Amino acid sequence: MTVPAVSGATVNTRSRRSRLAERLVFLGPGLAYLIVLLLIPLATVLSFSLFRRGRFGGVIYEASGDNLVRLADPIYLDIVLGSLRIALVATLVALLLGYPTAYLIARLPRKWKTIALVAIVLPFWTNLLIRVYAWIVLLSGPGLVNSALGKLGLGPFEFLYNQGTVVVGLVYSYLPLMVLPLYAAIERLDPRLAEASANLGARPARTFVSVTLPLTLPGVLTGCMFVFVPSFGNFVIPELLGGGRSIMVGNLIRDQFLTARDWPFGSALTLALLAVLIVLLLLQAWSARRA
Amino acid sequence: MRRPRLLYVPFWATYVFLYTPIVVLVVMSFNSGKSPYSFTGLSLKWYGKLAGNALVREGLVNTLIVAAGSTVLATVLGTLLAVGLARHTRSRVLDTLGVLPAVLPDLVLAIGLLVFYAAVRMTLGLQSVLLAHTVFGMAFVTAVVRTRLTHVDDSLEEASRDLGASPFTTFVRVTLPQLMPGIVAGALLAFTLSVDEFVIAFFTAAPTTPTLPIVIYSMVRFGVTPEINALATLLLAVSFTVVIAAQRMTRLTESLS
Repeated sequence: MTVPAVSGATVNTRSRRSRLAERLVFLGPGLAYLIVLLLIPLATVLSFSLFRRGRFGGVIYEASGDNLVRLADPIYLDIVLGSLRIALVATLVALLLGYPTAYLIARLPRKWKTIALVAIVLPFWTNLLIRVYAWIVLLSGPGLVNSALGKLGLGPFEFLYNQGTVVVGLVYSYLPLMVLPLYAAIERLDPRLAEASANLGARPARTFVSVTLPLTLPGVLTGCMFVFVPSFGNFVIPELLGGGRSIMVGNLIRDQFLTARDWPFGSALTLALLAVLIVLLLLQAWSARRA
Repeated sequence: MRRPRLLYVPFWATYVFLYTPIVVLVVMSFNSGKSPYSFTGLSLKWYGKLAGNALVREGLVNTLIVAAGSTVLATVLGTLLAVGLARHTRSRVLDTLGVLPAVLPDLVLAIGLLVFYAAVRMTLGLQSVLLAHTVFGMAFVTAVVRTRLTHVDDSLEEASRDLGASPFTTFVRVTLPQLMPGIVAGALLAFTLSVDEFVIAFFTAAPTTPTLPIVIYSMVRFGVTPEINALATLLLAVSFTVVIAAQRMTRLTESLS
């Protein structure tokens, strides 16, 4: 009686041990990497935000809430709210352009569908800086838009270096991220639903508002997040197209680390950026679950 | 379903919007004049100038070193992690951790690594960029390989174990070959993202080891020159070729499987 029980137990512990070893081999290296180079760095940012800035730019390891209090200063609060507004406008413009585009792509014949989708994604795979540079060539003082307008006897206008240009740059850079999830949502939609709605006498606008839009809402939310997140934390586009001033949080953060050398306050700003995004992600998850 | 006419306005606006700047860039790269604003005649002189630009060459070499190194690391770590997450745990916390670097804004990751490198007194250089790029590269490899794992038939793995193969042999000879298309796609993605990545490289590279995007950034900030147009055209040609080749390849592997 005892013999099979004992051998059963050894087999059991051996297989348990080998299962543990497999877990360690597969999960160990990747998780260790993420702990050291992702979680510990984020924790370092958190702890830096609670320290004080040294007189010559170093960090004094002495707890202080000054940086977090400074976040509420109207100067900085305005920049955070301004970035929020710019990112929201860019998201809205991308949605208004992206929804009809995705809708028509989803209704194209199969062969054209692939081509249309690849054409949406292609510019996205080219360097962001180069895409921004293209807009400088187009919009700057002696640029092509102005010389075209000049031939009509208009201008020249100063298109660059304002919030509008920053919005154009953001929409241009992240529009593909809006179109793809929208396309996925619209493609999955059963066209018979809209037909049924039309047969029951609804006008196209009514069908869109009460059938198509609610059913594709998860795609809309995902697309909006995909555009909003990189827009809100951007510093390259506002710097190159918005002029030298710190107009978005990203520029402010960059300045704290590279010119003002106030790392603790820069860390606090980074945390604020992260906090806004986490709140939005939670809101999105919540509304997706409700829908 | 009928397609309302009015929708064609934003549809075509989107494509015109996306391609006008690109077309202008490419056309102006063949301009003989010094101004990138008015076309005065065909010439390849900006390509010649670019070939002689030592800074661009150095940046390109740095970028390739970082991209190759981080892709290898990210592919190995990401593949193991994908299998581990799918087969050896049910933890949702670990799942989230695995995709976190892909959804985190690049600026946050960049600042985190800059502060961390400073705290552990690591010298900045190509190695710091390489390690940083591995963080997000791994997340993308993990995501792509996990999707592929859902297509892998586990009865084959069971059969291999029942026939007496060790877990290692089973993984190498049964699981890995089935995962290959996903691993290749993930590696390509990690490589492309690393080549294009600017923000994290900007914060974690030393001034003496700029990657190509950092070189482009300083060129763009310094002023508008047709040399950038030539560089842009070459980079566009490379990424267009890679994207179209990848598209063909996935269709090929799809038709094979």
